[in-house]
Amino acid sequence: MLSYFFRRLLLVLPVAFGVSVICFMLVQIAPGDPLTAIMPVDATAEEQAAMRAAYGLDKPLPVQYAIWIGNLAQGDMGKSIATGRPVAQEVFGAVQNSLLLAVSAAVIAFPIGIFLGFLAGYFRDTLLDRAVTALSITGVSVPNYWLGIVLVIIFSVNLGWLPSMGAGPGGSQSWEWDWLHMRHLILPAVTLAVVPIGIVARTVRALAGDILTMDFVQALYAKGMSRGDVLRHVARNAASTALSVMGLQLGYLLGGSILIETVFNWPGSGFLLSNAIFQRDLPLLQGTILVLALFFVAMNLIVDVAQAAIDPRIKRT
Amino acid sequence: MLRLKAGIAALAVAATMASAAWAQGTLRVGMTAADIPLTTGQTDQGGEGMRFMGYTVYDSLIEWDLTSADKPSVLIPGLATEWSVDAEDKTKWTFKLREGVTFHDGAPFTAADVVWNLDKILVEGSEQYDPRQAAQGKSRIPAVASYKAIDDYTLEIVTKEPDATLPYQMTWILMSSKANWEAMDKDWEKVAGHPSGTGPWKLETFVPRERAEMVPFDAYWDETRIPKLDKMVLIPLPEPNARSAALLSGQVDWIEAPAPDTIPAMQGNGFVISSNAYPHNWTWHLSRLEGSPWNDIRVRKAANLAIDREGMMPLLGGLMVPAKGFLPPSSQWFGNPTFEVKYDLDAAKALMEEAGYGPDKHLAVKALISPSGSGQMLPLPMNEYVQQSLAEIWIDVEFMVVEWNQMINLWRAGAADPSVDGAQSINFTYFIQDPFTGLIRHLDENLIAPNGTNWGHYSDPEMQELFKQIKTTFDPVAQDEVLRKTHEKYVNDALFLMVTHDVAPRAMSPKVKGFVQAQNWYQNFSSITIDE
Repeated sequence: MLSYFFRRLLLVLPVAFGVSVICFMLVQIAPGDPLTAIMPVDATAEEQAAMRAAYGLDKPLPVQYAIWIGNLAQGDMGKSIATGRPVAQEVFGAVQNSLLLAVSAAVIAFPIGIFLGFLAGYFRDTLLDRAVTALSITGVSVPNYWLGIVLVIIFSVNLGWLPSMGAGPGGSQSWEWDWLHMRHLILPAVTLAVVPIGIVARTVRALAGDILTMDFVQALYAKGMSRGDVLRHVARNAASTALSVMGLQLGYLLGGSILIETVFNWPGSGFLLSNAIFQRDLPLLQGTILVLALFFVAMNLIVDVAQAAIDPRIKRT
Repeated sequence: MLRLKAGIAALAVAATMASAAWAQGTLRVGMTAADIPLTTGQTDQGGEGMRFMGYTVYDSLIEWDLTSADKPSVLIPGLATEWSVDAEDKTKWTFKLREGVTFHDGAPFTAADVVWNLDKILVEGSEQYDPRQAAQGKSRIPAVASYKAIDDYTLEIVTKEPDATLPYQMTWILMSSKANWEAMDKDWEKVAGHPSGTGPWKLETFVPRERAEMVPFDAYWDETRIPKLDKMVLIPLPEPNARSAALLSGQVDWIEAPAPDTIPAMQGNGFVISSNAYPHNWTWHLSRLEGSPWNDIRVRKAANLAIDREGMMPLLGGLMVPAKGFLPPSSQWFGNPTFEVKYDLDAAKALMEEAGYGPDKHLAVKALISPSGSGQMLPLPMNEYVQQSLAEIWIDVEFMVVEWNQMINLWRAGAADPSVDGAQSINFTYFIQDPFTGLIRHLDENLIAPNGTNWGHYSDPEMQELFKQIKTTFDPVAQDEVLRKTHEKYVNDALFLMVTHDVAPRAMSPKVKGFVQAQNWYQNFSSITIDE
């Protein structure tokens, strides 16, 4: 198991390198000047050139990349062009907020998704199955930013029960679990949970349905095993695939919530990313994308290792 | 005993009343910016940055009178009580500074502070030079050649050439505290968290990207501008729907630029929409390069006559002032142009036919537009409206749509640059608050792009002479007259496609009282109270 883990870990290094190259190069392709955000609109050509030189943007791209990766190796992600603040400080503050939101959404989505999926798989081709399938398709299909706006209109504007924006009172950014903070979390977390509920439910339904028709299940029943014990075997067989889907969903929840974070003004990595794109803030954009991409890579590693731990067949393949 | 009780009761009432006089609540503002504007002095985030973080925490030597909603703002003394140009040498200016002014950290304000602040943005070798502030301030004072403190309260500024627009330029330059910068280890990043100006508000709390909290500066030099509120909180809310929801759900009391389609719902729920004319315009800046169809004055006038500006109003929820010229009709520099900017389709068609166009011979033009951007209002539907209008007079418009930051780059590059791909028009909105930003910078032949912001490469000796007169007319009344003549030429020659002016709409809770919306990009927040 340990050797599998280290082998898998070694594979991460070239992937991370590739990710860093792509992160650096992709943001260079977009048109526009990264210094636009900080220069007055009527800055002269001389002033623009001076600023470009001051930020090292006049150097050839490979040189810029070498400087960037060299600084990264020393833990320096550079400074945001738009704000002048260290990128690491900006990104990790935002990632912490996104992680809080992602974990909360996962806590809502995964148990509900698993429960609904298992229910539909067990009672396949019944009214209940069709209802769960319809529900999960709706969950996946409804644009979640639209759902977010609807929830805000109902629960914030009309009922006044929950706040529509921000991560907490007084600009608080910490993981505090009192009601004042949690009430800010509810609407975005519920909105964000809808898609993974649908995806997890559909995955688990398919897995559970297939496994229940397998010969070994009939054999277990034939041996006189109780329904509960059989279902435990089914769950264990479905776990590794379900885990893989949930791991990727957690990655999606962390990095793919730009619209939700924008709708709710949630100060997370998605919101930061959208601002960085809007401002063409290259260092911030590169830093945010890199951290999120590496999070995906880390999630894949964790999922792979966890799958191997659950299902020994994976190690052998 | 009774007297004692009465005395205690009277004290209690007095204390309550005193408390009521000072405790006027908290104003929470939802800004359109994605981040708190730069807090160290010279702000970023355009007009909104200056509005909320500039003229709140800081002062400039000369300021805008923001007390009236009924007339255009004019210059008034700020940290300088008076200023004058040398009768013999028109490049030499003397500023008399206000005595008794202190920064929030308690340090006195003197002429040495002005010199220190100018070095902060102009002298790269100076200890306090800050590239971020320089980027925002340097281009605002192009006239300044040198400066020195004559004594504690007298400052001398020498300009590169005679330039009567210097007072307007000085409104941009905000004074930070040298003592505070030294106390913060001469580190502007530390100053950002604990800034110190002389303005009516002190920055108390600053959480990047989330909020800034300001409290009144009780020792402010202008007693009429000591804030009545307990606190003002700035919250970046760049997404229009999130801003509207925050206001409607009571999380903020004031939002900038509500989305037009949310305004009826807000008004229906008792929220107040405040708006006023202000120095802003929404135009098509026209190419005057050789071969441009806009070189024909008949075509320019026809295009201006082809747009039903009143008909455009419903598109913006009524929140616009139809253009009658380049400057808003209420501007003190509007003058009396002979060409009337109005909707007259027949006249427009006649002009086009005179220019050789008609149903069988259309004119094709290409226009650069952006889907969004600072001050751009609703650029896509508005441009489609203009496209439809021009189609009525046989002008076929092809759009080149680019993202806002790229649009700024193309604007800086100018009409002759290959990056604009032959476009002969660019839809750009302008801050037109002073003679330079309002008129000179767009058409001065010395500022032809990429050396300046004369995008269309316009060059006209008569206009150059007018610009020269603006700069050499030091009597403000006479200067206003030249500015009026200049604007008349703008309109009479139909130098732009003049469409509309924004009205700076903002929505606020009915609890917000005492706000007077000046005809200016900046506003005075000191008069505001909140009914709790």
